Amino acid sequence: MKVGVVTFPGSLDDVDAARAVTLAGGEAVPLWHGDHDLRGVDAVVLPGGFSYGDYLRCGAIARFAAVMTEVIVAAGRGMPVLGICNGFQILCESHLLPGALIRNDHRRFVCKDQRLRIENVATAWTSVYEPGAEITIVLKNGEGGYVADQSTLDALEGEGRVVARYLDGNPNGSAREIAGIVNAAGNVVGLMPHPEHCVEELTGPGTDGLPFFASVLSTLAAR
Amino acid sequence: MTDDASPSTSCLHRLDTVAAARRTPEQPQPWSGLGLKRNEYDRIREILGRRPTSSELAMYSVMWSEHCSYKSSKVHLAKFGDLPQETPLGKTLAGIGENAGVIDVGQGYAATFKVESHNHPSYVEPYQGAATGVGGIVRDILAMGARPVAVMDPLRFGPLDAPDTARVMPGIVAGVGGYGNCLGLPNIGGEVVFDETYVGNPLVNALCVGVLRHEQLHTAHASGTGNLVVLYGARTGGDGIGGVSVLASETFERTGPSRRPSVQVGDPFMEKLLIECTLELFAAGAVTGIQDLGGAGLSCATSELASAGDGGMHVALDTVPLRDSSLSPEEILMSESQERMMAVVEPQHVDRCMATCAKWEVEAVVIGEVTDGDHLVIDWHGERIVDVPPRSVAHDGPVYQRPYTRPEWQDALQADTAAPLPRPTDVHATLVQMVASPNLADKSWVTDQYDRYVRGDTVLAQPDDAGVVRVDAASGLGVAVATDCNGRFAKLDPYAGAQLALAEAYRNVAVTGALPLAVTDCLNFGSPEDPGVMWQFERATLGLYDGCEALGIPVTGGNVSFYNQTGAVAILPTPVVGVLGVINDVARRIPSGFSCVGQRVLLLGTTREELDGSTWAQVAHGHLGGLPPQVDLAAEQALATVMVAACRDALVASAHDLSDGGLAQALVECCLRRDLGVRVQLDGDPFVQLFSESTARALIAVTASHEEAFTELCRDHGVPVRVLGEVTGDASLVVKGVLDVPLAELRSAWSATIPAAMAH
Repeated sequence: MKVGVVTFPGSLDDVDAARAVTLAGGEAVPLWHGDHDLRGVDAVVLPGGFSYGDYLRCGAIARFAAVMTEVIVAAGRGMPVLGICNGFQILCESHLLPGALIRNDHRRFVCKDQRLRIENVATAWTSVYEPGAEITIVLKNGEGGYVADQSTLDALEGEGRVVARYLDGNPNGSAREIAGIVNAAGNVVGLMPHPEHCVEELTGPGTDGLPFFASVLSTLAAR
Repeated sequence: MTDDASPSTSCLHRLDTVAAARRTPEQPQPWSGLGLKRNEYDRIREILGRRPTSSELAMYSVMWSEHCSYKSSKVHLAKFGDLPQETPLGKTLAGIGENAGVIDVGQGYAATFKVESHNHPSYVEPYQGAATGVGGIVRDILAMGARPVAVMDPLRFGPLDAPDTARVMPGIVAGVGGYGNCLGLPNIGGEVVFDETYVGNPLVNALCVGVLRHEQLHTAHASGTGNLVVLYGARTGGDGIGGVSVLASETFERTGPSRRPSVQVGDPFMEKLLIECTLELFAAGAVTGIQDLGGAGLSCATSELASAGDGGMHVALDTVPLRDSSLSPEEILMSESQERMMAVVEPQHVDRCMATCAKWEVEAVVIGEVTDGDHLVIDWHGERIVDVPPRSVAHDGPVYQRPYTRPEWQDALQADTAAPLPRPTDVHATLVQMVASPNLADKSWVTDQYDRYVRGDTVLAQPDDAGVVRVDAASGLGVAVATDCNGRFAKLDPYAGAQLALAEAYRNVAVTGALPLAVTDCLNFGSPEDPGVMWQFERATLGLYDGCEALGIPVTGGNVSFYNQTGAVAILPTPVVGVLGVINDVARRIPSGFSCVGQRVLLLGTTREELDGSTWAQVAHGHLGGLPPQVDLAAEQALATVMVAACRDALVASAHDLSDGGLAQALVECCLRRDLGVRVQLDGDPFVQLFSESTARALIAVTASHEEAFTELCRDHGVPVRVLGEVTGDASLVVKGVLDVPLAELRSAWSATIPAAMAH
């Protein structure tokens, strides 16, 4: 299975995401922001980082990259897409996901090992987790506060589209402790914490992030 | 951040050319306003055989400044070049004089690392000062041909409750994080230290580590007549220009408030592009020589590249892309705009070079070429404004033998020992007071603002003793780095203080299981014009030299920062030492915290009654006096040998260096990592055992099955080892007959201090 990892100018966690895909048993394919080409991949990861320096608004410029035209079309056809951190911001700016991410309520960048509960295991990226699984993965962001209007939040809750929720305190002021959401079709997931930093015992707080990548491979294999 | 002189405008500026300088030898020049001394100005006239043009004067003034020329420190730093340029693994690949030292770490890999200061800008504008400090050191590492893989930041502030600390600390920490996080470099360690002498003089030191294959080594030299000089990266703007505007105003011998250079503004996004673009240029073999633009900007890059090469250089200065079209040539030469690099490129590679820059959306322009002459020649719209021997700018700056004398207060300071200070009657209360004191308290308010995970190769990071980064995933090769300095010890005895800094950084690397290989230093001191400060500097450099010789590791590069002083009060002498080591299999790295109930807890090394300058004396009595702990480099070396062998044979579960706060602090930190308790028994005076800061010690946890083998290893190397007790599942720290403190009490005291101070 080929999983594309997009590099925008300022992407930082593209090497980590590619490594995670490989460790999960997939083939990581580098995708370049300036190409109208998904190189035949079966799924796409928009990695973390500071695309275009977070200038204007996080993700606001990357959303207009050539590759995003293709990602938006492919997502509409059901291709699994995971946006991590800056990737989540790009998905919101692209209107593939509702809401927006704003500066942390305490106004500082935060990097910590964060407890999460997986709330929805019916998505392309969470299918191999146990329902309600509690995991620890790396959280690192300056603008990770998830916001949306009340009716959107109610709809997300009502439709079970909250994918992951912060436990043991809200690290960035996200509405309803939301750490990640999914689109109505279940193929596009945005996640503020970083599962790609939690795929080896040696270099992170455990391997609780690996099932995100194993899930998409399993989802694709089942198609 | 504006200069006190009015900004120049090019329309008012009359171009000063080499021809004009010949015609008007007696024209008054503002050399004094640019910080040059009369004899320095005369020397420039002597070198050139005429008066300098205003552009030449600008170049000489910045390159002969203390910051660039090391004119006060050079005579003392020269001895580091006498150390064998050899690590325990072989010859260094590049040493002092290059942008950063490069050392062989085995398997065809090399590591490069260096620490630099950005103290004064960070006081003036904390966020940008700290941010551009990170940016500058990262470009130094990049210029060696290496991929930067990690950063570290030794920081020093005034007292935590001082009003100015509330101004500078959040800005500096956010600046370090804001720049490094956006670059995608994990921040794996450093220091956060508080002392009243740093009020008004915060220290922001920045260290970067890079990794390269041996064959990727690049250096800063311009050779090959006809090769082109390419300037790429950010446009040149008016930031970071110091006293240059007096040139335009043409007033002479102005008096008035002293000028502080305006602070540069960083763009980490551009730097990230610059890193990826430069690494791609290296990989394509498109670059012959490379130099980053930092202090002194184009003046430095052109003169250093040309003087390290075998020919001359011609530059058309009007081709430099500008952010502000009104900049004068003098300002362009002195601008310290960030995120710029200069490459020497063979003509056949220029198209490729430009294509790579375009791919990364980095602006690149050919601004000149290598010539067969021996002069650096710079034109402005066809008129010659600079014609100098480049070496005279880059390397032949003045050298001063500053007078130095032992301060008359030094004897009284050393005589005022901690011996008469009342010892605690309530050890429990003292322990809690100690862990809550700013220098021993939890630093995660700071370090949680830094990304330590990016790139996915961070094996250890703060609060472990050293940062460890994986270099090669297949073999497990990695490097470890630590920085340390106890300025209080250095005040008591600068010679011993520098060696104690070296010993601590060396030990911190060794306890992770890595073999220490090389040293970088950042020597932060007060004014070199004060003979007492100069004496501290002379003693510290000699101590470091002798220490490195004894340990068999070279100094591969570093930085000096003087004038860290407010009025007559200098900072504590602060020779920060960074040590880099190699670890053959990162999977066997030794973490610092207790990890399993039942582990046996051992103390390595000898504990003496050494409380002078200790954290206890500071916290309990506000006292600084006496003599620092004994330096025993042979014992440090033996301890390191034991730890490297224990790592190789996977004998120990955890190891933590004993330093500030002594055994008590080490026990607390080892327990709090995973909320595991400990029960120990101490021989002798428990107060001395707990709070003495004797060196060459480490707290070890081993599984019972490895205890005998490890103890034997220690004995083989003459390292004293004593069984203290064991790790428990009770949530308390117990010293039999002395203490029984719940971990919850320790954690709340330890973790509350800094957040509470920063909450206002």
